Amino acid sequence: MIEEKFDAIVVGAGMAGNAAALTLAEGGMKVLQLERGEYSGSKNVQGAILYADMLEKLVPNFREDAPLERHLVEQRFWMMDDRSHTGLHYRSEDFNEDRPNRYTIIRAQFDKWFSQKVREAGATVLCETTVTDLAQDSHGKVIGVRTDRRDGEIHADIVVLAEGVNGMLGTRAGLRERPKAEKVALAVKEMHFLPREIIEARFNLKSDEGVVIEAVGTISRGMTGMGFIYANKECISLGIGCLVADFQRTGETPYGLLDRFKRHPSVAPLIEGSEVKEYSAHLIPEGGFKAIPQLYGDGWVVIGDAAQLNNTIHREGSNLAMTSGRIAAEAILQIKSRNQPMIPQYLALYKKMLDDSFVIKDLRKYKDMPALMHTRSQNFFLTYPQLVSKAMQNFLRVDGTPKIEKEKLTLRSFTSARSRRGLFGDAFRLVRAWR
Amino acid sequence: MSIELAMRVEDKLFNNRYLVDTGRPHIKVRPHAKPSPQLLSMLKACPARCYELNEQGQVEATVDGCIECGTCRVVCEESGDIEWSYPRGGYGVLFKFG
Repeated sequence: MIEEKFDAIVVGAGMAGNAAALTLAEGGMKVLQLERGEYSGSKNVQGAILYADMLEKLVPNFREDAPLERHLVEQRFWMMDDRSHTGLHYRSEDFNEDRPNRYTIIRAQFDKWFSQKVREAGATVLCETTVTDLAQDSHGKVIGVRTDRRDGEIHADIVVLAEGVNGMLGTRAGLRERPKAEKVALAVKEMHFLPREIIEARFNLKSDEGVVIEAVGTISRGMTGMGFIYANKECISLGIGCLVADFQRTGETPYGLLDRFKRHPSVAPLIEGSEVKEYSAHLIPEGGFKAIPQLYGDGWVVIGDAAQLNNTIHREGSNLAMTSGRIAAEAILQIKSRNQPMIPQYLALYKKMLDDSFVIKDLRKYKDMPALMHTRSQNFFLTYPQLVSKAMQNFLRVDGTPKIEKEKLTLRSFTSARSRRGLFGDAFRLVRAWR
Repeated sequence: MSIELAMRVEDKLFNNRYLVDTGRPHIKVRPHAKPSPQLLSMLKACPARCYELNEQGQVEATVDGCIECGTCRVVCEESGDIEWSYPRGGYGVLFKFG
């Protein structure tokens, strides 16, 4: 048993845990961070995009030594049917700025770096240690954790749960629900390696510029889901994710989807000749605002994916994780500085501060989107992409058909697939949920 | 077709690094005569193809290639079909890239 008592124990060394541990240690607290992987990052999976602003608030000069891949100058959205994609591209020279806004990263490498910052700030980081339970006193107050090390009960004034979407501790202790199949997506990803000149030529990039492609349509076979392709320095992150409940309903396999996505005629040329070096999978919280659990209690707070803080619409997860970690830590430091105990009455400050931040404001804005996307997945992910593709092809193919007839044909294909009422209904619901 | 797919998933997993905790699987399937719909759905939904039917028509899990996503936990833990815990510290999949 580790005899000494800590001010704070942080469970997990992902984006949320590292942000919290760093902030707490810099604030002068005696911090223990526990991570079940061999090193911080060895269990962590993300697309991955890093948002500079949220990291800058934690490590202002991170650009000097963080392992960054490419800064993003272009974003593509693809609406796909089986043989085509209709794309929206945005590319701007403005993104080639001194302090770029978004980067691609490789999580295992980035997290190692982030963890080093946590250690430098004075936190004790203990890897290869799986936390098995929360230690609670007879009143249910969380007083520490139990680990799989011998006599592994360790005590602290506050336990910060940064255990990720599949966190066991909070659910085992009855502090929050297990994620539901309707509210989490399963994403699978491969890392495709290619020489950097080839990546730069294929994606039209110079030096460290990067591109993100996000794709919806028939690739998800009518399930609520999305494919993604991110250009890194010498590899391409390629993956696809859909709701777990949809996988159950359809019997589609995740690797089957991934393989079909890779073989799509719009995707295959981008990864041709590549060497796959890793295959990973991860759950993504998709429940939005309505799925956020109780965020604090007697002796504990929960942050990041474990608290379901993920913005599906903007595909932002790690920045919400980092920000919630930092805010939780700042709240804890304030409480500590007033010599107040870590009880709900005072820890409510964390929720108040989070409510005032973009994290909860953004999630609240889209509170109705998950339900809309999930109940109408066939329309949004299958029917519309096919219709758009048909309309585009009809518009572009020159075959002697008078344009007025082409327009009628396109309109008819939309109304026969969804009916006018259905179309207006979907549009109305979408606008209302977006507001 | 299913054999071909099985090969492909194994090929994918072959790229990953693992430290297998021999004799201590972190996922255990409850003994059953007839598998529940949830357990059956894992035959397809598990991204590492850890779940397979044995000759008696029961679902078995071989967790050596598990990538610890938690999908089976979300689907099968509540009904008691499986017991799920994380591998012991340091064991399991070790992502180089993540």
